[in-house]
Amino acid sequence: MNEQVKIDIDRAERTEKLQGMGCKRKRVEDVRFTQGKGSYVDDLKLPGMLFGDFVRSPHAHARIVSIDTSRAKALPGVVAVLTAADLKPLGLHYMPTLAGDVQAVLADEKVLFQNQEVAFVIAEDRYIASDATELVEVVYEALPCIVDPFKAMLPDAPILREDIKDKMVGAHGPRKHPNHIFEWQIGDKQATDDVFARADVTIKEMLVDHRTHPSPLETCQSVASFDKVKGELTLWGTFQAPHVIRTVVSLISGLPEHKIHVIAPDIGGGFGNKVGAYAGYVCSVVGSIVLGVPVKWVEDRMENLSTTSFARDYHMTTELAATKDGKILGMRVHVLADHGAFDACADPSKWPAGFMNICTGSYDIPVAHLVVDGVYTNKASGGVAYRCSFRVTEAVFAIERAIEVLAQKLGMDAAELRMKNFIRAEQFPYHSALGWEYDSGDYHMAMQKAMDAIGYKALRAEQAEKREAFKRGETRELMGIGISFFTEIVGAGPAKNCDILGIAMFDSAEIRIHPTGSVIARMGTKSQGQGHETTYAQIIATELGIPADDIMIEEGNTDTAPYGLGTYGSRSTPVAGAATAVAARKIKAKAQMIAAHMLEVHEGDLEWDIDRFRVKGLPEKFKTMKEIAWSAYNAPPPNLEPGLEAVNYYEPPNMTYPFGAYFCVMDIDVDTGVAKTRRFYALDDCGTRINPMIIEGQVHGGLTEAFACAMGQEIRYDDMGNVMGASFMDFFLPTAVETPKWETDFTVTPSPHHPIGAKGVGESPHVGGVPCFSNAVNDAYAFLGAGHIQMPHDAWRLWQVGERLGLHG
Amino acid sequence: MTKSHIKVTINGKPVEALVEPRTLLIHFLREQQNLTGAHIGCDTGHCGACTVDMDDMSVKSCMTFAIQADGARITTIEGVANPDGTLSALQEGFRMMHGLQCGYCTPGMILRAHRLLQENPNPTEDEIRTGIAGNLCRCTGYVNIVRAIQYAAAKINGTPFQEAAE
Ligand code: FES
Ligand code: FES
Repeated sequence: MNEQVKIDIDRAERTEKLQGMGCKRKRVEDVRFTQGKGSYVDDLKLPGMLFGDFVRSPHAHARIVSIDTSRAKALPGVVAVLTAADLKPLGLHYMPTLAGDVQAVLADEKVLFQNQEVAFVIAEDRYIASDATELVEVVYEALPCIVDPFKAMLPDAPILREDIKDKMVGAHGPRKHPNHIFEWQIGDKQATDDVFARADVTIKEMLVDHRTHPSPLETCQSVASFDKVKGELTLWGTFQAPHVIRTVVSLISGLPEHKIHVIAPDIGGGFGNKVGAYAGYVCSVVGSIVLGVPVKWVEDRMENLSTTSFARDYHMTTELAATKDGKILGMRVHVLADHGAFDACADPSKWPAGFMNICTGSYDIPVAHLVVDGVYTNKASGGVAYRCSFRVTEAVFAIERAIEVLAQKLGMDAAELRMKNFIRAEQFPYHSALGWEYDSGDYHMAMQKAMDAIGYKALRAEQAEKREAFKRGETRELMGIGISFFTEIVGAGPAKNCDILGIAMFDSAEIRIHPTGSVIARMGTKSQGQGHETTYAQIIATELGIPADDIMIEEGNTDTAPYGLGTYGSRSTPVAGAATAVAARKIKAKAQMIAAHMLEVHEGDLEWDIDRFRVKGLPEKFKTMKEIAWSAYNAPPPNLEPGLEAVNYYEPPNMTYPFGAYFCVMDIDVDTGVAKTRRFYALDDCGTRINPMIIEGQVHGGLTEAFACAMGQEIRYDDMGNVMGASFMDFFLPTAVETPKWETDFTVTPSPHHPIGAKGVGESPHVGGVPCFSNAVNDAYAFLGAGHIQMPHDAWRLWQVGERLGLHG
Repeated sequence: MTKSHIKVTINGKPVEALVEPRTLLIHFLREQQNLTGAHIGCDTGHCGACTVDMDDMSVKSCMTFAIQADGARITTIEGVANPDGTLSALQEGFRMMHGLQCGYCTPGMILRAHRLLQENPNPTEDEIRTGIAGNLCRCTGYVNIVRAIQYAAAKINGTPFQEAAE
């Protein structure tokens, strides 16, 4: 074996041992999860712990005439019943929302949506608490309600928020009506209107991204434990953003922040549901402060689906203007956003409609104008980013449906129309008409790769044949080809435009190398299944040459972890992942000084080699990171402080812009409306790939949630404001049987501004998946003149489309 | 409320307890027996997060009263590891194939798969998918859960398992 081969093998072995970036490292978390040893909030059992449960409103809009808690209080085992009257003197009957509004903790004088929290019963166990909720007698006087957001701003509409009815300037500017929350405008209206006036071809479509819910398998829950002697509160909960929760609790309760210990243990999925602050958290805290014992609150599924943070409910009038040969000239969008009873969206403060202005998508659209009007209705509040960055699923749905509508009007192939309008690789960094700077991408390459992989031409040929056969009556099946090419915007975000409650949206990592060369790293984010304990360790392993197995990642304890804004909007990798790399590099710089001292050479004479510093030209003279760690504590160079640790609070210079090309082939039985996904191919570009196994898993999961949203999942209300189907009996969550089989693929375009080039991936598949499914359905019916078919596309609704088109004979 | 006396064998250990007639098996296991592996994901018996094995059947323990378990043999996730404490073929399969993310559905999923493989040691992919249709997972999209179960089946049967290409 020659020398070089030996060196190569040695280096490969050392790299392999690290289990660093790019390898399919098996997850650390799974050892406990597969043995039932995870520790989720409801697993917590504290001495003397009581259990809280809510009395909820049966009405969507009603005045509370009286509340009688005496029978409930008399039930053995009941310790307390809280109502707004108890919270009012403490100023706790309302709490601030992340969107600059306030939200009732317990309904004061009136209720504004069905299942709103009216009273909180605290009892010795969950059964007694539940019994007691039925003994609380509330007399209501029903009021007319608003369910349809288009009726919210009618002159004679009932005023929903009497608490703010005279406040005609809200957190985001003037309000046009007592039920209006905000109007948000961006883009050049005049230039856009001009383009539309002159364009050869324009399209206009009302695209509804209907109300749904993230519904992680674990609901929202908390345990509060107040120590009266120390004046300290410990709060365990399902928190995607534990530090923000600590700040909110401090602001609400008046307890100093250092006396609040917030702990987010293992979390059973989040998908946006667990970003906000909820009445249950507050009531468990108040209960514990008042009673001096721990109080647990656990949502049941009905409560979860009908109260804590719905998603979407965007009614988007979307217009495109183009030349007759298909060059898009402009985009105009008006959104009516149904926010429910309180504005409790979890968006960065300055973005009342999230990043909806990413709606020009992957296309080079010269001018655009976007207006979003938010309104109150008698529905649950929320509007969270369900497995996406803020309002990005909505934005991508708008452009990706609209471009198909345009293709049809132009009589052009939808893939070709996209190719024609893509931002070209050489245009990056690209400044979009609505104000973003896209970091990097090669859309044409990704699209071509995807089209080749799926065999796009052949599929269109097959579809053409099938359509003819259908017309001849030889088949009752419709074939749809769905395309979506999405650009996400994740990793919020730069301090100049992203904050939550005034706190800039940085994130953080603190890495400490122990004398023996093992590591603990603590993060400001919080995994809910993304595998952070595995992947952050891979970043550190590669950066510092320490095996990932020797690195422990800790998140979720606000006492020990550095302050961070949490995990949502695919921000963990872009922001905290960057912080991890930067902190590791600080350590490496110090390690280099120590190594130079140990080897008695100048720092500049050293070079990094996988897990060690070696003397340039003398590879046998080296010090491994492990050896350096020992020296850092025991024999540091003179004038250098001992120890080897670093912390970084990373404020990203820009967002990252993952993208992807998705294709779906669907067969729909016209007589039953049953749609079968024959193939689904997803090509994702999330920049540098940290753990391909985990990326693939994220893509599978996101696609499944996209499938659910597009094909049936919905939170629906009847005219009286009764929430329909807030249980797993009715709310569509696909099982292994319905879920399509996913094909995944990728390209790699690193983010130029991220220390390791990573962009984030957890949400892309959802964002890209929803329009892909909807486009497949729409494409199937397009040749029959169906027009735009609204989601969700369950069999009943598709059967109705067949009926409307007279296809059932 | 009056309590009833029950005798159950849980993970091979005899247990005697007093339970209210209305106490659900899942609450009995989680709160009285401190076996918090099985989870609660719904109120309607749809999610399967609470699945345990009772007298050689998969049972949704949120749909079963504790007193119905009187005299029964129950296996929970805490009882499925190999006797020497190493991960069982299924537990290992879930880890190797990335068959879990948040881990909340996992105990129920593994218990269901455990019974499935007892009933059908060599299931096809479709049989696996149908076999776990009573267990919802919000995170994985099932592809890797299916692979995990195939991995375990192969390991138990001593047949080779071909890892699907990415
Ligand atoms: S908890 Fe959902 S089926 Fe038992
Ligand atoms: S791993 Fe989260 S629900 Fe299955």
